[in-house]
Amino acid sequence: MLRIRDLHVYYGVIHALKGVSLEVERGEIVTLIGANGAGKTTLLRTISGLVPPRSGEIEFEGRSIFRTPARDIVRLGVSQVPEGRRVFATMSVQENLELGAFLRRDKSGVAEDLEKVYTRFPRLRERRRQLAGTLSGGEQQMLAIGRALMARPRLLLLDEPSMGLSPILVQEIFRIIREINEAGTTILLVEQNAHMALSVSHRAYVLETGRITLSGPSSELAKSEEVKKAYLGG
Amino acid sequence: MTTFVQQLVNGISLGSIYALIALGYTMVYGVIKLINFAHGDVFMVGAFVAYFAYTGLHLGFIGSLIVSMAACALLGVLIERFAYRPLRQSTRIAALITAIGVSLFLENAGIIAVGAQARGYPDMLPGSPFQVGGVTISTKQVEIILLAVLLMVLLQFIVHRTKIGKAMRAVAFDQDAARMMGIDVDRTISYTFAIGSALAAAAGVVYGAYYSAVDPLMGIMPGLKAFIAAVVGGIGIIPGAMVGGLVLGLIETAVQSFGFSLWRDAAAFALLILILLVKPEGLFGRHAREKV
Ligand SMILES: Nc1ncnc2c1ncn2[C@@H]1O[C@H](COP(=O)(O)OP(=O)(O)O)[C@@H](O)[C@H]1O
Ligand SMILES: [Mg+2]
Repeated sequence: MLRIRDLHVYYGVIHALKGVSLEVERGEIVTLIGANGAGKTTLLRTISGLVPPRSGEIEFEGRSIFRTPARDIVRLGVSQVPEGRRVFATMSVQENLELGAFLRRDKSGVAEDLEKVYTRFPRLRERRRQLAGTLSGGEQQMLAIGRALMARPRLLLLDEPSMGLSPILVQEIFRIIREINEAGTTILLVEQNAHMALSVSHRAYVLETGRITLSGPSSELAKSEEVKKAYLGG
Repeated sequence: MTTFVQQLVNGISLGSIYALIALGYTMVYGVIKLINFAHGDVFMVGAFVAYFAYTGLHLGFIGSLIVSMAACALLGVLIERFAYRPLRQSTRIAALITAIGVSLFLENAGIIAVGAQARGYPDMLPGSPFQVGGVTISTKQVEIILLAVLLMVLLQFIVHRTKIGKAMRAVAFDQDAARMMGIDVDRTISYTFAIGSALAAAAGVVYGAYYSAVDPLMGIMPGLKAFIAAVVGGIGIIPGAMVGGLVLGLIETAVQSFGFSLWRDAAAFALLILILLVKPEGLFGRHAREKV
């Protein structure tokens, strides 16, 4: 579904991605783990068309999305839940969700999906008239996920959705990620919480300073000595 | 009492002109963090377009107003496209200097095109003064206030109820997140310039009709005052621009009615300094991220 080949990304002189190759198949949850500054966010932002890559290939469903404008990538079916949630704090919960469906013209489909999001996140329904900035961290994360789902994506990119949340909320977020995947959405998940990420995902990649150093089924990576040492605390 | 009501109406009508201009400053600042110093000159162009539409094409007040707003919307889009967009990634000071350059360009182009002399403005706003309980009120002033209210209601509708308005608010808050929603940021910025410039044009038309004279440098002072109004209300905040404009209009009128006409402009700058000292985020500024 998503195929990345030898991708290079620079910020000025900083070489942030040094030839990354990665694949995500339809129906999978693939996780990308790596230390702070490894380039995980850069990779997701490049896929979404927010950072222009220098060279390489990015294909979504057989079509090149290399340097494609961000809105066309959303239109093709790739949505992102960004690092730090980035909800529109000065707008209401419902307006945030409606913005997620910005490019859609099918009013009835949008209404249906809004209902689905509210069913999945009852807290958001209760607070739909409230400004997003007044929500708690966990609620904002749910709003960011709901907002991305409003585009009806086939591939969902999640950048550190568990960041800054209490252990109970982390459990809940991962349960939701699994549910979204079971409902048919393919997921590429970036996490520092390697334990949880490896337990929900099918396959995993390890990114170190701009390079993929390990990849394989999540259950195997969870047992690998290198991963244990570097990301699972021994 | 009667003079008080008259002065109140004067203050509100002057204030609503400031408010219309201030809205453009604040909306543009909201989306791209630029003080568009050419905005007052767009106001001037608006006055002149309506002048020629009225005297040359005989389009009447409404027709001339619409032509002027449309022309300035286009002018605003072109200014952004060719002067500011190429500098989007540059420093803010570069963009600011460019804005001053655009301002000087429009003023001098105006002098070349129509001459530096002030010319009489047609009496576009019809109607004679009327009496309410012994108070004489000019129909013109009421018309100016009604037009301003109408345009502001329309603006609120656009900003809160339409897709382009929601896109403007989203871009103002977080450009990157807006992009992730599929919003076309460049197009949204163009719309913002178009709407802000059209409002300035409307202000220019009623200003010309109210003061009966226009010249290519007429935008400088009202532009500056409207900028003060936007800062007083809280730059980037739409209701702030409306209230800031009204407050400024009322204060200036009050100063003038107490016989200190010469202090009118000084009062505006004193208000600016006072706000910057006491509440630098403006009357409506809450926390740093509250915009548009
Ligand atoms: N906008 C930027 N400008 C310059 N350098 C950046 C920018 N964003 C990220 N970087 C650099 O690129 C590298 C990768 O960052 P990032 O993708 O955010 O890593 P991660 O998400 O894995 O923590 C880091 O060295 C970071 O400092
Ligand atoms: Mg990151």
